[in-house]
Amino acid sequence: MRKISRRKLLTAGLVTAAGASGLAVAAKFAERYGLIPPDAGVLYGAGETFTYAAQRLLTRHSLAREFARSQISKDPFADPVDPLGKDFHRLQEGGFADWRLVVDGMVASPASFSLAELKTFPSRSQITLIACEEGWSYIAEWTGVPLSHVLNLVGASPQARYVVYRSIQTDWWDSIDMADATHPQTFLTLGMNGAELPVAFGGPLRLRVPRQLGYKNVKYINHLTLTDNIKKFGKGLGSAAPEAGYAWYAGI
Amino acid sequence: MRLHKYSLRNRHAPVKNSQMADELRPRHSAFVRVTHWLSALAFMALLVSGTEILISHPRFYWGETGNVNTRPLFSLPIPASRASVPSGYGYVLPDENGWSRYLHFEAAWVAILAGLVYVALGLFKGHFRRNLFPALSDLSPKRFANVVAGHLRFRRPTDEEGWSYNVLQRVTYLIVIFVLFPAVILTGLALSPAVTSSFPSVVTIWGGRQSARTIHFFLSIFLVLFLLVHVLMVFLAGFRKRVGAMIVSRPAGPMERP
Repeated sequence: MRKISRRKLLTAGLVTAAGASGLAVAAKFAERYGLIPPDAGVLYGAGETFTYAAQRLLTRHSLAREFARSQISKDPFADPVDPLGKDFHRLQEGGFADWRLVVDGMVASPASFSLAELKTFPSRSQITLIACEEGWSYIAEWTGVPLSHVLNLVGASPQARYVVYRSIQTDWWDSIDMADATHPQTFLTLGMNGAELPVAFGGPLRLRVPRQLGYKNVKYINHLTLTDNIKKFGKGLGSAAPEAGYAWYAGI
Repeated sequence: MRLHKYSLRNRHAPVKNSQMADELRPRHSAFVRVTHWLSALAFMALLVSGTEILISHPRFYWGETGNVNTRPLFSLPIPASRASVPSGYGYVLPDENGWSRYLHFEAAWVAILAGLVYVALGLFKGHFRRNLFPALSDLSPKRFANVVAGHLRFRRPTDEEGWSYNVLQRVTYLIVIFVLFPAVILTGLALSPAVTSSFPSVVTIWGGRQSARTIHFFLSIFLVLFLLVHVLMVFLAGFRKRVGAMIVSRPAGPMERP
């Protein structure tokens, strides 16, 4: 057994102390600049923070890849959802004429829009790929209103840090930070491949976040809330996904 | 202590081939040992979590897109953890993707950071030049064939040979370090919608997202094959000696039985 020298012990102690304070400073910095995802826990917090912080530093304004019309998938797959509820069926029978999108929280003027009203807003299209966390993917042309347009319209507070979006389906909600919410390709999607957005693909209204995986693209959106405190929602993990064991940030 | 440092620093100084010198000569330097075990741990985590993720869609495609409505390039004859996958089995495995994905990406960070430290220090300290780049003369087909033949006959290395890597080991380690690992990381990054928004070439060089996923799978298979052979070789060369060397830097010494 070798003896540990005093010098070695001192050096090790100093390195440990420097490392620990370095980590504390880094954590403060990350918190200050919104680089820590809301679901950062003990076990996987480091990995998730590294991923999310790296993406926010590297990809804040980058655009998701867009494709040629000829690359649109002929066989898109509609991931099955839980049986649609009574409320949904009632609205569907009325041709979704009564579907409303409520926008509230940290906005100057809370509002509620019908689909007809959303359709009068400037419409944009993108041919982008949607990939499921399971591994499969398809390309489609998505048409809708950039979320940023609606956020400007209701006067989003500069203090808002997240947009929480909810589906008409029970317990299906998620949130994105303002970098993704104001991103030009983040759409309130009304159409797919030149037609109305089919119900199986999230019609009448789906949030499209092409820089994140499929599960962030919640179907049947009827409620947006802007907030600076994501901890107030659900279990405070940022969305229903981490409550079911999945990461909040799905840009990987 | 002093002697230990001396032989590390002065790698060109003649080291006496006595028992004494052998005992004091470090077999693997500290950064090699630390990054080796960190990568080993990360690789096991990546392998387990990657397998779990794969089970949710054990079908492979080529190009940008592919899903259950698409004819696959091939699919694995295993049950799936999603009811929507036509696996041919009458049951669906439990969904383990949540923790698997958290673990996969955290372990990927450990592997990447350990890999960066290893490569940076390896270049700086001359580790690659000294221990891994094969001598040109060793690359002749005859010498190469000799070493391969020795391996196929399970010839154990002599104690002196055990201090350095032969040409087959050097070439294999270099391929694993500079081809397989970077490629498996790049094909992994190609699956990230955020990374590819900033760096589209990360995915286009593989011919699309599904191609990258398929290549990611095959690279993992190659890495598992390497791991199996690597561990087998460690066993054949003397498990205690080799593993001891990778942990505390020197072989177990007199306690080792042949």
